[in-house]
Order: sequence, then structure tokens, then C-alpha cells
Amino acid sequence: MLRKVNGHEVDIEPIKIRDCNFPSPFHAGLEFSSPARGTWNIAHQGMLIPEAHEIFVCAASCLRGVVLTAYEMRAEKRFSTVAVEEQNLVDGNMEELIVDGVSHIIDQLPQKPPCVLVYTSCVHHFCGCDLELVYRELRKKHPDIDFTDCYMNPIMRKSGRTPDQIMRSRFYSLLKPRPIQKGTVAFIGNDFSTAKDSTLYKALSEAGIRIYELTECKTYEEYQEMAAAEYYIADYPSAKAGGEDLQARLGGKLLYLPFTFSYEEIRKNVRELAFHVPIRLPDFDKEESLCEESLSKVKETIGQTPIAIDFAAFSRPLGLARLLLSHGFNVKRVYADSFTGEEKSDFDYLCQQEPDLEIWPTLDAQMRFASDRKASDYLCIGQKAAHFNTAPHFVNIVENGGLYGYQAITELCRLMLDAVENEKDIRTLIQKKAWGCESCI
Amino acid sequence: MKQTSRILSTYSADAFGVASMLFELGGMVIIHDASGCNSTYTTHDEPRWFDMDSMLFVSAISELEAIMGDDNKLIEDIVTEAKRFHPRFIAIAGTPIPAMTGFDAESVAFQIENETGIPAFGFSTTGMKTYVSGASMALRAIVERFSIKEITPSGNRVLNIIGLTPLDFSTNGQCESLRELFEKNGWTVNATLAMNTTWESIENIGSASVNLVVSSTGRATAEYLKETFGTPYLEAVPYGSQLTGKILETLSLLADGKEAAIDFNDPETEDGCFIIGEEISSLSLAKALALETNRHFSVLCPTNDGPKLRSCDRYTPYEEDIDDALRGAGTVISDPIYRNVLTEKAAFIALPHEAYSGRIFRKDIPNLIGDISYIAEKL
Repeated sequence: MLRKVNGHEVDIEPIKIRDCNFPSPFHAGLEFSSPARGTWNIAHQGMLIPEAHEIFVCAASCLRGVVLTAYEMRAEKRFSTVAVEEQNLVDGNMEELIVDGVSHIIDQLPQKPPCVLVYTSCVHHFCGCDLELVYRELRKKHPDIDFTDCYMNPIMRKSGRTPDQIMRSRFYSLLKPRPIQKGTVAFIGNDFSTAKDSTLYKALSEAGIRIYELTECKTYEEYQEMAAAEYYIADYPSAKAGGEDLQARLGGKLLYLPFTFSYEEIRKNVRELAFHVPIRLPDFDKEESLCEESLSKVKETIGQTPIAIDFAAFSRPLGLARLLLSHGFNVKRVYADSFTGEEKSDFDYLCQQEPDLEIWPTLDAQMRFASDRKASDYLCIGQKAAHFNTAPHFVNIVENGGLYGYQAITELCRLMLDAVENEKDIRTLIQKKAWGCESCI
Repeated sequence: MKQTSRILSTYSADAFGVASMLFELGGMVIIHDASGCNSTYTTHDEPRWFDMDSMLFVSAISELEAIMGDDNKLIEDIVTEAKRFHPRFIAIAGTPIPAMTGFDAESVAFQIENETGIPAFGFSTTGMKTYVSGASMALRAIVERFSIKEITPSGNRVLNIIGLTPLDFSTNGQCESLRELFEKNGWTVNATLAMNTTWESIENIGSASVNLVVSSTGRATAEYLKETFGTPYLEAVPYGSQLTGKILETLSLLADGKEAAIDFNDPETEDGCFIIGEEISSLSLAKALALETNRHFSVLCPTNDGPKLRSCDRYTPYEEDIDDALRGAGTVISDPIYRNVLTEKAAFIALPHEAYSGRIFRKDIPNLIGDISYIAEKL
């Protein structure tokens, strides 16, 4: 599409999937920031630990985003900061700044928190700050408080674990070992609760299995009870690393049962769970035919309405495109800056069967001009897709939205129908940070 | 302990000040920082982000590029996009990691300008100072570079209003009210830097007979214009009718080449009565309230240690300073976030400041240009 930029015609264009490199289709250059804010950040995520107090130690420019996050989610009383200034970089007193700063804040709090999450940043990594010493000192000075190390260091996103993987692993770093309770399960690494009617949750609860989930914990003690889980179920790709840590540290077993739109993979995942935990297998054929009915119903209603999907809505955007395309839907666009390895088979399928599917970036500088602000007739799945297509008909969801298995397909169908029938206020909805989280915006 | 905040927020940072000041000018601004770090600015500090296609990007520097001092990738990326988008100028703003690695923003800008033929600027912001510092240096650099030097100041009543960004004036009509107010009083407003202004107004900025500086972000530019064109300037915001009258009178005298100033000193400041905020706007509000309500406020200024602060005022960059100053406070006018450190006894009047609380109270930001009844009625 052509857009006029400073008096010049600029071509804003996608890559056809047949021409895409996997897993990174786009050049990593200057980046744009879409106004869609529904994904959670590390300040939101840390607040999931009940009664935790967050202390960020960063430069002002880095502090601003997280302190205002805390205010917007009305959690400002659980949030404090230590500002890194230029002289700290020169003086080499970073360890002292952290220990004294964190201690000073703790002393000022009206009530001592049971745990403190100390977030350090890119500058600490670069100045060789001795974080081991820092935490050792903090634990010595405040023996009644549990400390854990968290990080706001986006510069490390291409170095080992991503910041998102690290944060999702920190959710559980404060759990203290306790005897394993046989036959119990914890869903791990999710920002919001797994839906009670989702395929795995339902099977577990019907079997009377005790289920732990961070998002359901109300107190720090309740949170600690999660350490008794025998199995840790991770279904979000960046949650897997945290599960591996837990397995090594607490002795339970990680079951990585990734979110998927593939019937075959859902069956495989449920069977994997049933191998370890005494659940009753669902009637797969019946569940799949219910999904088929739901898909047919949506298809009847929306016909050939063009569809766009973004990666922030579901961790398998290509899997979703494949599911919908193979059921006759008119999926035109997928927004994803890169793909996970888990998407390779869907990628290969789509290259063969739907070679003209458009793959759009979200970060590439050209995306500044992708939205012409004229309402389009696209049905969008995800906030970013809604923004780029100015689509008032969109499914407002991020990070799989707590859905799983067959229920994810039927629920998505319901949400698609609702989106077709009801317009949404794009500007208001997508600019709220952290979908599903409390917000004063 | 300095540098710690138990509960208070932090002001928008210098790199974001650069971005905010240059947002509407048709340039390409690159915050040289890690991926995602631009979202702080675009979410909390930039109310125009959703509606205006300003070319604000982040360089997305990685660990390896920072360690290896690889500026070539940054230069290549900027040159590529500049050739595609044809910006009027290019500006690079540094952040903590470039500051640590000794990134030479000016040299990089020089190289980019050589390769593209597009004027380029490198700002050595660090992410550790407030927006005032970044916005000041950005505006001055633009005016220095693009103002027509051969121009002579007009003998007529032509005015530039300098130091406007949403960080201090939001997007609730204050900029438009300023222009209207002066036009209604017989002035021709040339530039409103840097909101709702034309590029030609920047080129012709030297044509003004006087400059009005409405925030400390405009001071450096006004000083430059005085040095270069001899244009006198006044630092004040026309809050309330009486102060507005004094401003109009003073501007006229200055435009006529006479010595004139407004005395902001107030020997009657009341103990425990404070306005917290940016230097020039807070002092102007204090003056306007003294004139119209006979209430006398001191200023706590966390944004910059400005030269206009009076002996009763304090530069308060840290929560500890604010805590000390507000102990036993009687009446406080400030951003609502400061309420968290006030006792229940203190009377509080909310005056949201976008540079502090971002978008949270945006809809409650009043337009006080020419009329301070919103505040006065609450006293």
C-alpha cells in the first residue's frame, strides 16, 4: 500500500509467506512502537506474587515506564524506586547504592513485606555490578524478608534467555522447597488464570486433582503452597524455562504442553498429561466435532470477511491461520516479527497451501505508516492487528487469554462472532496496559 | 536517602524531552536504546502518538552492538529509513547504555548527514536527567540550525511563544488558548514552539519583536535568539487575567526596546503553602494567585534548578526533599501523585502534570491560560 510521507509516496508492504525466512522474516532495524499495550510487562507480572513489594533500580528513563505502570494498575503502594545517576556509573558504588537504597525503602514502608523483588537493569550488567554480593548483603540485613533478583535489561534480548522468559521464571524463584504432594499440579508462567472450562483444567478438576496457579493465590503463604506441586504445567512458550528451573530446584516434573490450535497436538498433550496424572480422557471425537460446529457457525456468519491475526493475541498465530484457512476462512494477514520454532510445521504448511498469505511486521519502522485511520472491514484477532487495520471489529485478547485446547477454539469462535456483531472502541481498549489487569486508564 | 522513592513517580527523562519537542516538526527522531524502550515515551508521555504519524523510532541496540561499539549498524539503519521516509532532519537521542559506552552522538549525526544530505543532530542525553534538559537542547539546536539569520526583527508586535510541549501543556487546548489570547490583544503570533507551528515560523523566528518563554524548556532557545537577533524575552505563562495583563504590558515595552520585567518575588509567602512543578509555570501560577487571591505560595521545583527560583523556593529533585518540604504543609497545589506524601490535614488542589503522572490524569488537566478560577475557587 502507498502512503504519503513528507510529500513522498512510500510503499508499505508485507512479505508473502512463500518468500519469508524462518524464523525471522524481517531485517532488524529501527523499531516502531505500536500503541497497542495489552501485553503485560515485568512490573505487572511481579505484582502477581501476593504481598510482594517491587523495587526497581534504574535510570530515570527506565523507571518512568514501570512506576507509571504501577500507578495505572493501582499498585503504587507496592512499588518503589532507586534512581541510578551519572555519578553512580563513575564512582563504582553501584552495589552500595542498591543495598542502601533498598534497605532505606524497606525501613520506610508502613509494613514489612514478606518478599521484595529487586529489579536491576542494563547498566548493572554493563558496569559489572556484583549482584551476588548485593543479594547476600540484603539477605543478611533483612533476614525476615525473601529477596529475589529480577531484571529489566531489554538490551539482553538476543543473549540467552529473553527478558520475558526470565521474568516468568522469577514468578517461582521465591518458592521454598517443601514435601511434594503426590498427584498435585501447578499451571505455571501465565499472566492470567487458566480458564476453568479449558481442556486441561476441566479434566484435572473433574478428576479431583489439586490445582495451583499463581494468579489464584491471595496471600504469600498460599503462594508458598505451590511448592508442593508434583507437576508443573507450562503451556506458554516463554514459561517453559521457568518450569525447567522449578524442576531442577524443587523436584517436581515439568510437563510442557504447548498451547496449540491443532487437534492432533491437543490430543497428544492431553494424553501426555493423562500419562502422569489420573485424569479421564475426554471424548476427543466429540470435542473435535463441537469445534467443527463452532467453526462452521462462524464461517456461515462472516463468510469471506478478510481476517488479520497478530502474534500478541495467540502464541501460535500461524497455527491459528492454518486452522481458519483450512476451514475456508479468508485469512489475509498475519502480524509477527518472528516465529517460534514450534510454528515450523504450520509455516511449512502455509508456504505450500497458502503461499500468498501476507506476513507483516509490527516493529519495523514502516509500520508507523501502516494505519490510515480509516475503518476497515477486517475482522482482527488481537490488538495490534486491530490497530494496523483500524478494525473496530476485533477480538480483544492477548497471550492466549487463559484459553486452552478445544475450549480455545470454541471460545475463540464465540469471540469472533461477538466481534463481528459488535464494534469496539479501538483507541480506548488497546491503549490500556496489560489486558485483564486492573487499570485506572 | 537521596535517589530513593518509596512511592513518588519520576519525571519524564531527557531523551523523551528531545522526542516531545521535535515530535511535530517533520524530522526523524531515534532514541538510541534497547528494543521496547521507546514504548515508555509513546505510552505515557506522548498524547499525540495515536493520531500523528511522527517518525519516532528506537534503535533497538543489542548487548553485542553496545559492547563492540558497533555504531555502523545504527548508522546504516538510520540512513536506510531516512532515504525511504525523507525526514526534514534526523535527531539521535542517547540513553543510559550509550552514555556508559561513550557513544559519540554528534559524530554519528555528522556521518549520517554526510551520507544522506539531511541535517542531523546528535544529543548526548543520558536518560538520567529530566525532560527539561533534553527538550531545551533539542529546540535550541533546531532553531540554531534552521532559523534564517539574515532576517531583521519586525518593528511590529510579533511574538514567538517558546517552550511548548504536551509534557507541560498537554493537548487540552492550552497551546491554542495562548495563540488566541495574544492575537486577541493585537499581537501576531509567529511560532508556537514546538506545538501547532509551521516550519516557516521556525525559519522566520528571528522576525519576532519579542519572545515569551512559557517553560524552562524554552529558555536556552530564547537566550540564543537574544544573542543572535537581539530579541528580548520574558519568562512567564499568562495564568489568570491580572498576570496576563502584566505580561501583555511587559511584552509591549520589551518590543518597543525598553527595559521591562515582571517581579516574581513575593515577600508575603505563607508557611506551608506550596506549588510543586516546573519552574516557569509554577512561578507564574504563584504570581497569578498572589495577584488574584492574595494567597502567597512558594514553589518546589523537581524538574530543574532554575535561575528564576526565589529564595523562598526550593529545587526538590528527590522524594526526601519533597518529604522534608511538605512536613506540616498547609495547602499544596500539585500533580495528584504528590498527595501520597501529604498528611490528611493538608489542603490539596490537584493540578496534573503530564511530565510527571503521564496519561493517568490527562482528562483532568485544566486550561489555566487567562483564567485561574479553576484553582482560585478551590482555595
